[in-house]
Amino acid sequence: MSSSAVAASPHAKQAKPKARLSGAPTRRLLAPAVIFLLVWMIVPLVMTLYYAFRRYNLMMPEVTGFAGITNFKLMFTDPTFWDSLINTLILVGASLVITVSVGLGLAILFNRTFAGRGVARTLAIAPFFVMPVVTGLIWKNMLFHPVYGLLAWIFRHLGLSPIDWLAQYPMLSIIIMVSWEWIPFALLILLTGLQSLPEDQIEAVRLDGANRWQEFRHIVVPHLGQVLYVVIMLESIFFLTSFAEIYTTTSGGPGTATTNLPYYIYQSAFFQFDIGTSSAAAIAAVILANIFSILLIRFVAGNLNTGSSR
Amino acid sequence: MKDKSIGGALLTALAYLVALVMFFPILWMVLTAFKTEQNAFTIDPHFLFVPTLDSFRVALSQGSGYMHYAFNSVVSAVVSTLIGLLLAIPAAYAMAFFPTKRTDFTLVWMVSTKFIPAVGVLIPIYLVYKQLNMLDNLAGITLLFTAMNMPLLVWMVYSYFKDIPKDLVEAADIDGASTLQTMRKVILPLALPGIASAGLLALILAWNESFWSLTMTDHSAATLAVYIASFKSAEGLFWAKMSAASVLTVAPIIVLGWFAQRQMVRGLTFGAVK
Repeated sequence: MSSSAVAASPHAKQAKPKARLSGAPTRRLLAPAVIFLLVWMIVPLVMTLYYAFRRYNLMMPEVTGFAGITNFKLMFTDPTFWDSLINTLILVGASLVITVSVGLGLAILFNRTFAGRGVARTLAIAPFFVMPVVTGLIWKNMLFHPVYGLLAWIFRHLGLSPIDWLAQYPMLSIIIMVSWEWIPFALLILLTGLQSLPEDQIEAVRLDGANRWQEFRHIVVPHLGQVLYVVIMLESIFFLTSFAEIYTTTSGGPGTATTNLPYYIYQSAFFQFDIGTSSAAAIAAVILANIFSILLIRFVAGNLNTGSSR
Repeated sequence: MKDKSIGGALLTALAYLVALVMFFPILWMVLTAFKTEQNAFTIDPHFLFVPTLDSFRVALSQGSGYMHYAFNSVVSAVVSTLIGLLLAIPAAYAMAFFPTKRTDFTLVWMVSTKFIPAVGVLIPIYLVYKQLNMLDNLAGITLLFTAMNMPLLVWMVYSYFKDIPKDLVEAADIDGASTLQTMRKVILPLALPGIASAGLLALILAWNESFWSLTMTDHSAATLAVYIASFKSAEGLFWAKMSAASVLTVAPIIVLGWFAQRQMVRGLTFGAVK
């Protein structure tokens, strides 16, 4: 974050003997990108933190001033906040379990050589490129609809009574949609991981008479462990911010059944105009995301130098 | 290791089945797009029907406004990617070829901004944009997309630059080329395929972006995501039209996405998985 200050004083360290022939252009080249990210990401983040400690409601512009921890108190006593926090964790946890386990299964399935593998894999990963808004509407209308939906038709043919998915199992429905979009992501990355398996080691244990399970347990799992770690961290961060799937289907309902943290913040800012409390909730969301991203960033940073010496 | 046993055949069949199940919602959307509205909204779904282009005609007609939203989507995705590259390439160039003690920190910091949840910065950005009259403004949303994709672009371009031997830059330096000349004439041509795939990924992500468009735009700068989302209250009335509009919106991206698979893994995992 000190980079903007550095950019402002270009002569600060120029005298260092390490400088290249034409002088290190690093700062000059770096400054635009750094400044842009500062203005669009860091400044707003600091402002969110500031608002979280202010009295600030767009409906009551005359009420201003320092609020201390009032906004946080209000947030912690709001049952909807707790509902949204729990919903967020359920959505993240369940989608993680589904996408990672199914994704791993599919990655193993698609790691075999068979005719038409390219086509099959290409079809299987297509959902990842579908706009979340489209996902929400297609599932809500044409698949989940209790009368005209395809699932209702299948249920009737199996002799079961059709389910009103979004009304009866709203959170499960959201989890299904999110998983449908993200199984391809897990599949693609885990498949890349499988394809970089150390073939020579596998050959060696096979010659030693290891069975499939031992081979999986002792070669595949350790190698895939790292890849799984990355998938889990990345997906957690993305699942924490799920929004469009909820916006287009349940609007957080029925009641608060599918209100997650982003949707809660959206509602308290855009419908209750309470900037203070919604900023406090936004800080909670940032902290939650940070738990995962710090772990992930540590991993990425650790890979930075080993990765570049290819 | 081609497997010709019965088990192998079963696994292959399973793989086909899974692929079909995953793809089915998309296929169903495409089929619905070629139906009449009456055919699209039936208790027993029609799998065989006389295809019609009516829904596409309706979706693309003047009254639907599709072209207005498509224009906004194209402009915001393309321009945000171009601005992003314009800022990311010099930054990545500096970090890859003129690293200082702070480079690792700067790079990691840039990557980490990708992980700030959008809701964490939504409220101040909304209020400032409102002050500056940038709500529902194409430039405003484009700049947000730029900020959203910048960490990814910097990272990807950096990783492609890292593959180029440093000697090339040093040689050009000794020959008296300026930084800009070296970048343009020596490095960019070599890294062009990588830069193109980074741009392609950014384009896909910007096109599919919906959080910022739903919260920051209303009509004049609204993208296709906002247009499609407006069907959410049309219970059963316009399924064919909704499907046709969705197909037009999603199809180009699915095709581009298929080309970008490999780069996507590299980019989205920030090089942790290759």
